[in-house]
Amino acid sequence: MTSNGAAVVTLPTDTQILITREFDAPCHLVYRAWTTPELIKRWWAGDRGEVTSVEVDLRPGGKWRYVMTANGGFEVAFHGEYHEVVPGERLVSTEVFEGMPDAAAVTTTTFTERDSRTTLSILVQHQTKEYRDAHVNSGMEGGMQESLTYLENVARALV
Amino acid sequence: MARAPTTTDAFNAVAEPRRRQILNAIATGERSVSDLVTQLSLPQPLVSKHLRVLREVGLVAARDEGRLRLYRLNGFALKPIYDWVKEFEDLWSGRFARMDVVLSELKQATPGTTKDGDDSDGGNRDDE
Repeated sequence: MTSNGAAVVTLPTDTQILITREFDAPCHLVYRAWTTPELIKRWWAGDRGEVTSVEVDLRPGGKWRYVMTANGGFEVAFHGEYHEVVPGERLVSTEVFEGMPDAAAVTTTTFTERDSRTTLSILVQHQTKEYRDAHVNSGMEGGMQESLTYLENVARALV
Repeated sequence: MARAPTTTDAFNAVAEPRRRQILNAIATGERSVSDLVTQLSLPQPLVSKHLRVLREVGLVAARDEGRLRLYRLNGFALKPIYDWVKEFEDLWSGRFARMDVVLSELKQATPGTTKDGDDSDGGNRDDE
């Protein structure tokens, strides 16, 4: 069993978040896991809850919407629209946390294969540093009790 | 847009790419301004300016050795930033770990080459 390690998060500019991770799988499978509703349901909530609904209309102009019930019982939802869809290579979409509708981000996801391994790179471009920081804050209270604020912040990070 | 001056905290100070370059350069050991100018191919006034900001927020410490001022990284000042991002990283690590499980199943379901009935394993067994 190969160990794939943790996510790597960096903040390239004041308004961006970059998340990268290598997978022991070819590009087309990572892309499939990333874009197929039945598969997204299995990973998108991470350890934080359960995904209850995933809609994906994977084409430019198509909409997506993910909903999860967080461990504390709250429902959180995200939606957006695909701008670019290059199968197996690149996705550009908007991303809106429905509890904070003004803070729309643009997310560019790229899939790069090398020696049967795939590097997934997610660049989140926020409109302001404040929105970006709120997004990163999502995980900050990880060890504390689940307040609504916490869940909203977690939800903010969940795309 | 009104913003806090970059000199007020380490979070803002490391948002600037040049300053991160400098931090990376001194992470491996002490450097003088001229070392950094050479290593990073940046103009001296710019390096000095960034070093001043980094010192003000405590990310960088300095000492004088003869006529030379040597700069070094103060790792403790970086810890809050590391902690801040770390929790967010954990969130994604949890998701990616689940994706690993999904992917290992996909790999089993779709072997490297998709040939049918090559293995005499009883023909078409159900794929679960």
